[in-house]
Amino acid sequence: MRLTLEFAQRRLRTLLLLALSVAAGVAAAAWLPHATAAANDPRLIHSERSLYRDVLVYQDDQEHTRCLCFTRYCDIGRQSCLDLDSPDRLVFEYTQMMLGALYLNPQPRTVLIIGLGGGTLPRTLEKLLPGAQIDVVEIDPAIVRVARDFFSFQGDGRVHIIVQDGRAYARQALRGSRRYDLIMLDAYERQYIPEHMLTREFLQEVRGLLTPGGIVAANTFSSSRLYQNESVTYRAVFGPFYNLKSSNRVILAANGPLPPLSLVERNAASFARSFRPFGVSSQQVLERFSTRVDWNAHARVLTDQYSPANLLNGLPP
Amino acid sequence: MAAPRGCQTSTLARVYRALLYVIAGWSGFFVMGVELLGGRLLAPYFGSSIYVWGAIISVFMLALSIGYLAGGRASLHAPSLRRLALILLAAALTTAPILLYGDALLDRLSVAVRDPRFGSLSAAMLLFFVPTVISGMVSPYAVRLLVADLRGAGDRVGRLYFVSTFGSAAGTLLTSFYLVLYLEINQIIELMLAISALVSALAWLPTAEAVAA
Repeated sequence: MRLTLEFAQRRLRTLLLLALSVAAGVAAAAWLPHATAAANDPRLIHSERSLYRDVLVYQDDQEHTRCLCFTRYCDIGRQSCLDLDSPDRLVFEYTQMMLGALYLNPQPRTVLIIGLGGGTLPRTLEKLLPGAQIDVVEIDPAIVRVARDFFSFQGDGRVHIIVQDGRAYARQALRGSRRYDLIMLDAYERQYIPEHMLTREFLQEVRGLLTPGGIVAANTFSSSRLYQNESVTYRAVFGPFYNLKSSNRVILAANGPLPPLSLVERNAASFARSFRPFGVSSQQVLERFSTRVDWNAHARVLTDQYSPANLLNGLPP
Repeated sequence: MAAPRGCQTSTLARVYRALLYVIAGWSGFFVMGVELLGGRLLAPYFGSSIYVWGAIISVFMLALSIGYLAGGRASLHAPSLRRLALILLAAALTTAPILLYGDALLDRLSVAVRDPRFGSLSAAMLLFFVPTVISGMVSPYAVRLLVADLRGAGDRVGRLYFVSTFGSAAGTLLTSFYLVLYLEINQIIELMLAISALVSALAWLPTAEAVAA
């Protein structure tokens, strides 16, 4: 009896060992493609674990780009990219579309940007808008450091950096007297949406921070169920807005009547030359403008009480 | 007597113990449901920075620790199933002010306390401390009613920890995965308050009465 038990135990141990080695083999095989491809892949030049995420900087020596990512191998997309040969060039189309906000209000004197990333937007706006005061709110101090050290973001003089949660800043700013001609929301990633910054109440606070005729530009998502809820939420606060779609989605809305397309076209023409150094075709951005309601108008509005943005973002449209 | 006299193995005793487990399990669910939604309630006022979650978790842990002490002390004086049910009900009732005055309080605090760390800490303290202390009383109090003899004590307490912590896991998962997708935060809290009232009411069932007598 005892012998059989011992035998069984030994067999069990052998089986376990076998299972373990198979598992190890499978894991190694899954890892191998990454390992072999590594020679041509962008190399990791900086990585740190911040309070909120992994902050990784990859450099692609063939394409001469440097990108900020929050996941290994930029699996879930690049947050921000810098063209090392022409640092002014806007690598991502969404940043180009965000500049479309200037077609609605060509000369903002005060700008608020929520979400720093690699600092592309404040860097560009500082050059495009001489004299404008730019406030940037970023929750993660590590991002501010990385933007300075790796993405030639200065953040001095007319750019004022505030390390704080965007929503907390908005509430606090409402009690002050400072108002903005342009507010850019660039705090959403595919991986994680700060849900308290995608609600009717938050957008009402943003609207409260805008000067009359002030513009909000939001970089968001063009797929998933969230598209419907996001659209009706913006609509509830701002009324009709311009919708610009490519792989991302940019919403441009106004505190007051939406400037008509004729005015937008005129302003777009006036930016044709000044956009060129940034590799932006002002005409191409203009062609993205749409006011078509291509969402379910009866979708549920996101509120502080109902804000499952990340869950909705995981559902099919 | 901790357990009903002379009916250790009877159906009545089993019903009695099941009620204790249900109360402890639901209390675990309730605490974690409120904790998770607490983060949601604070976010519009203090953001969702790491210290906001730090403040909420600290307050819940502190409150539970004090609740364990208080629950143990309370079990020394004429413990009964119905008193335990009243503790559960009290935790629910002291959660109700969150629904009524939560927003007004959070609004004022976010103005009054400039430092967002201590703003969120004092908000979590004012909103969640009292109900969570009371919720913390449930487990040690239930142990007193559950343990009949020293030999079986470990087994009974192990089961109690199981249902209570399993309830917490279920409360966390159901709330974060599903409830927030269909209901508003206040509706979820109202639903949980209603379930607390129902679970408490079970202690007044005739069977429970017969057993407790």
